[in-house]
Amino acid sequence: MIPAKFDYVKPGSVAEAAQALADGGEDAKVIAGGQSLLPLLRLRLSFPDVLVDVGGIDELRGVTDAGDSLLIGARTTHYQVVHDPLIAEHCGLLAAAAATVADPAVRHRGTLGGSLAHGDPAGDLPAVVLALDGTMVARSARGEREIPAAEFFVDYLTTALAADEILTGVRVPKLGPGWGYRYEKFHRTAQAWAIVGVAALVRRSDGHVAEARIGLTNMGSVPVRASAAEAAAAGVEATAAALTAAARSASDGTQPPSDLHGAPDYRRHLARVLTGRALVAAAGA
Amino acid sequence: MTQINVTVDGVSYVDDVEPRLLLVHYLRDVLGKTGTPIGCDTSNCGACTVLMDGVSVKSCSVLAVQADGTEITTIEGLANGEWHPLQKAFHEEHALQCGYCTPGMILASADLLRDNPNPTDEQIREGLEGNLCRCTGYEHIVRAVRRAAQAGAGQ
Repeated sequence: MIPAKFDYVKPGSVAEAAQALADGGEDAKVIAGGQSLLPLLRLRLSFPDVLVDVGGIDELRGVTDAGDSLLIGARTTHYQVVHDPLIAEHCGLLAAAAATVADPAVRHRGTLGGSLAHGDPAGDLPAVVLALDGTMVARSARGEREIPAAEFFVDYLTTALAADEILTGVRVPKLGPGWGYRYEKFHRTAQAWAIVGVAALVRRSDGHVAEARIGLTNMGSVPVRASAAEAAAAGVEATAAALTAAARSASDGTQPPSDLHGAPDYRRHLARVLTGRALVAAAGA
Repeated sequence: MTQINVTVDGVSYVDDVEPRLLLVHYLRDVLGKTGTPIGCDTSNCGACTVLMDGVSVKSCSVLAVQADGTEITTIEGLANGEWHPLQKAFHEEHALQCGYCTPGMILASADLLRDNPNPTDEQIREGLEGNLCRCTGYEHIVRAVRRAAQAGAGQ
């Protein structure tokens, strides 16, 4: 289908884009790669009055070493995330998960910031940034603020970004030595959304799990941490048996959706199984 | 209307377009380049894949205004006097039946070989995960891409 009519502006800087959003009010929408937004426009599930195209703003692109963290520009594409040497060295989980997003053509256009600002709990990267304890950097004509991932995802397709705010980047703490990671994704066909996804980070020390962090994709209206499984995994011996046992609590407290791809019970089962696999792989057990 | 400057298959165009016009409709309806088909219109099937500044994109999922200032290659512009090695290989390996997915398959394959000139069969399958063939011709398609790689298509 053809999208409904909209006005189009293409600002040359973040300040101009923020002003365009402030002028456009609730009916303005940011477009970056458009790989999530364009399907919604075509189905007329979304019909903004004004589209603010940030595709010409170079300052939103690229990865910066900020000491103990990396600052990743919101417009950095999935393809760039997959191939970036700083991301590979300091938060490889993000690259591993980005490599599973959709297909190569979509990864050329789709951006990290777009995927986060879209706020789809079935998207792969929200749960990953949540597990990485990332922080979103947002700017508006009123100024800049940072929003922890744990407070960023508010509801289905809804984030803490105000209508006049642009996500400019994501700050991701560098993983130190001893961390392993794995993104496990279960989907029906190669390029389909995750029915359930599990992002696991494990820090090993002396053959034990010193710390585990687990983010769950598509297990609720927002990406969630599997806190009970994280607690259960902490301190256990880094063996497949112990980690699989810890994963049994991965679905505790979750309210997964019910749709054509699976009922809630099925998703809870998947979450437990995939968390076990992800923890075992992340721990190298 | 918004003015765009686009180079398509080596020819420069300046056009005033509606911001909501999709790139695939611009190529087909404005430029008459019907070599790029519309398959699913939901960004699943990859039939409308073109190269944008050298990398694959699904032209149903790009606005024409987003293509401003870029260089687009469609299946119509891939041959250079003679068939591109991928076109030859698809022909020789019978990598098509109805042909509807073929333009997208070939351009996605060109992107794959640009990234990785000597892919394994598994890498070929992964590289083409965004392109669907409903005649179940995947075996022949993989064979064709392998053959094109051996012929130096990605060099």
